[in-house]
This record gives sequence, structure tokens and C-alpha cells, in this order.
Amino acid sequence: MNHALIEKSVALLFMLTFIVISIGGLVQIVPLFKIATTVPPVEGMRPYTPLEQLGRNIYTREGCYTCHSQMIRPFRDEVERYGHYSIPAESMYDHPFLWGSKRTGPDLARVGGKYSNAWQLAHLVNPQSVVPVSIMPSYAFLKNKPLQYDDIDLHLNALRSVGVPYSDEMLEKARADIEAQATGQGDTDDLLKRYPKARLGDFDANPSEITEMDALIAYLQILGALVDFSEPGAANATPAK
Amino acid sequence: MASERRYDPVTGQYTTGHQWDGIEELSTPLPRWWVISLVVCFIIAIIYAFLYPAWPTTKTYYTGLLGWTSHSELAEYQTEARAGQAHWREQIAANTVGDIAASDDLRTFAVAGGKALFNENCAGCHGIGAGGQQGQFPSLIDDDWLWGGTLDDIYQTVTHGIRNTDESSRQSEMPSFKDMMSEEEIAATAKFVLAMSDTSVSAETRNAMPGAELYTNNCAGCHGAEGEGMRMMGVPALADQIWLYGETEEAIRNQIVRPKMGSMPAWGGRLGDDAVKMLSVYVHSLGGGEK
Repeated sequence: MNHALIEKSVALLFMLTFIVISIGGLVQIVPLFKIATTVPPVEGMRPYTPLEQLGRNIYTREGCYTCHSQMIRPFRDEVERYGHYSIPAESMYDHPFLWGSKRTGPDLARVGGKYSNAWQLAHLVNPQSVVPVSIMPSYAFLKNKPLQYDDIDLHLNALRSVGVPYSDEMLEKARADIEAQATGQGDTDDLLKRYPKARLGDFDANPSEITEMDALIAYLQILGALVDFSEPGAANATPAK
Repeated sequence: MASERRYDPVTGQYTTGHQWDGIEELSTPLPRWWVISLVVCFIIAIIYAFLYPAWPTTKTYYTGLLGWTSHSELAEYQTEARAGQAHWREQIAANTVGDIAASDDLRTFAVAGGKALFNENCAGCHGIGAGGQQGQFPSLIDDDWLWGGTLDDIYQTVTHGIRNTDESSRQSEMPSFKDMMSEEEIAATAKFVLAMSDTSVSAETRNAMPGAELYTNNCAGCHGAEGEGMRMMGVPALADQIWLYGETEEAIRNQIVRPKMGSMPAWGGRLGDDAVKMLSVYVHSLGGGEK
């Protein structure tokens, strides 16, 4: 085809451009719909408990992801320091994922269970009190902000509409679950049946109130702690052939 | 606008044939080195797409002729690095913490590895250098141990942790005496407890204090008649001058009313047994280790 013809006809130029871009796009996008699962399933993953989910919202709101990543890359230095590299399933219930792209502070993908609740509290209130060289700001105010959870079922319902498998029961009992997890009292057995491995207890050393601090620590304490990597084959991270 | 391409004798190039108000446009070809680079890039990209995973297919994805994955590459690096230490690691795995500490070579290796592990995993609470933090986390460099300072004690504590969900974690709970004693009684007990570690107070003076009997009835069962503590249950000694939660009368009163009790994660599952052994030997070597 004569090049001058394309250059002189906007309609033709537009059509041909569209065709070229479509090919490039389709090659990348179509197979994703065809693959049975792009996220190989692993044992142990479950949706966040309502309290953890609200903690996650606070993590997002405060912009923690701008300084902390949640993605351990498969490099030796990272694996030696942070533990097993992150696998796709570990962020399958994250909407949106909080992988981050910058590490001013350390990676948090496996911080769950690494420190006690008391440490997390002391650190969030005054980071320099436990890590003298830290440049992290204080988040002490979270301790004084009551957690708002009247609308938690709506949050969970929104997540359900994008594919997180919250059941009707989970939605119904969401408020009770928050109270049970943040106080360690109430029907905790029932909570643990729905959400295995959930950390229970008063996270912010203030049993009289459920605060945003409770939610944030509950979230931090579950990060990367759901999949048991000591089980052989737990991290079979390539899609089934 | 358009007219004939013509040869431009000044530059030695042809024009495009475009001209605007008498200004003509040269059609200088791209530099050869640039064109060659571009072509080479195309060729490399095509070869790369065959060698490495590059294309999704309808069911899975094309894995590439080399079968490379970042995970297998990591595994290779890890294996290589471990192989360099295999001689030592095998012995760490095969020996008990006691045997490791008894062998000069093994102890040197364990202390070096333990230090690196400590700084990454333990220093958050216990501090770089293990000095602890008053009011929160115990020091590990003195000989005042809550749960015992022998190698085996430390190994047990690091592996299973304290007051966590691990089945073998160390467990104990100090009750609150808020409803069992009156405020005056609590204050008197706190005064007595403080006097126990005060060497300027004689035993006779101390035993005449109003808190003495209260202590014997309420506290001595765990903390000991002389305030010596009980390591089986992680009960702190009260007769020494090392105070985790504060050395004022007020701090002691608070502890009687609303006891703080530390919790420590279990590291056995997270770091693996070899790492825990090295950590234990390191912590034991810091100064307070007991036989």
C-alpha cells in the first residue's frame, strides 16, 4: 500500500492503527480469560476477617504502602531476610493488592507473627522507642480513634461482588466477629471456624474500646501467616499444566 | 506543496519532495548504526521469546526452551550458598545446643550466624545488643532470667515462644489482685515488694512491715518466700534490682492491679531448627548464659 495514501486519509490511519493495537492487546489479554486459573490455589488462604479487612482499609488510608512493600521477590537476599517469596495466592483476596513499589521501610509481606502485639503497639505509637534508627512517623492517634464498623457488612458485600468468597453467614455475623476478635471474648470458636488462624485478643492494650489500632494490628499480624510453607509443596507456584 | 524529489548537491542527500514557501525537506536516512541496532534488538527479542517464558497460550503458558523460572534460579542460588556452609550446617543439625556450645569451631559459626539472625528477627524487641527495653522487653545480657538461662531453656523459649498460640509455648498468667485486695493492702504490698530488693532495709524491719503478711498470703506462692521467683512459670524474682515493668512503687502497684505479661512469638516454625539453635547459642553467649 502506498504510504502517502495512509498519511493523507485520517479514517484509514485510524482504522489501521486500531487493528495493530488490537492485535497486541488481544494476544496479551485473551489467554488470561482462557487459563483455568492464573492463581494456583494453595492450602490455608481465606478471606480477611472483618477486623483484618478494616485494618487493611486503615493501612491503605494511611498510605503505609508508599513506604512498605508487600512483595517478597524470589531473590536470595530477600528470602534470607523476609522468608519465603510471595506467591500469587497470597494476594488473591486483596482488592486492590498492596504490593507497593518502594521500600523506605522493610517489606511487610510476612510481618504477621514476627512481633508480639505489644511490640506492634509500641512501634506504631512511637517507632523510635523500639527501633532507634527508624524514620517512621508516629501513628499514636489510631489508639484514640474508635473503629467505625457499623457498615462492615457493606464492605464485605462489595468485596464479594469482586470475587472474595464471603458467605451470607460471614456478612451476617461480621459485626459480632469484629467484637469477638478484638476482645478475645464472645463466640471466638465460631469465628475461628469461619476464619482459621485469626489472631484473637485485645491488640491495643485497651480492653474497653475497639479502636483503629486494634484493626491495624490484627491486619499486620495475619500478613503472610496464612500459608504454611513448612508443608512440602505448599508453594507450588506454577499453574497446573 | 508536493513536487519532485531532487538531489541536493550541498548535503549530498535527496529531498522528500515536500516544500513550503520554497523551503525544502531533506530525506536524510537514519544512521546505519542505529538501524543495525534496531534490527539486532528485534532478533534478540525473537530469540528471547523462544528461550524464556514469554507467551500465554490458551490453557497455560509457553515455558520456554530453557525451562527457566525465577523460583528455580533462586533454589539454585540457595543450594549453592548452603553447599558452602554444608560442613557446618550438617553439624549444627546433628548436634544439640549443648554440644554446639561446647565445640569451639561450631560455637564460632553458631554465634556469627546467630548474631545476624538476632539483628533481623529479635532486635526489634530485645534491641541491637540485646539490652532489652525497660517497661516492655527483657534484657538478655544479664543473668536475671524469667524462664531460665541454660542453653536448653533458651532453646525451648526461642523455639516455642511465650504466651502465644504454639502448643508448647511457655504459659503462665499473673492474676489481677484488684478485686482480691483493698487499695491500702495493694499499696502496702507494693511497699513491701520494693523493700525486698532494698539492701538498706534489714530483714527485721521488712518483716515488721504491714505488707509482709499480705505478701506471704498472696504473692509468695509464685514469687517465693524470699522473692526469688519461679522459673518454671516465668515468675520474676522480686528480691533483685532488675525491674522489667518499672522500679517505682506506682509501677509495682499497677502490676498488682493490672499485670502486664510479655508475649513472644514462636520461632521454630518460622526460622527452622538450625537457625533457632544458632540463635540460642548466640543469646547464651551474651553474658548471662547459665550452665
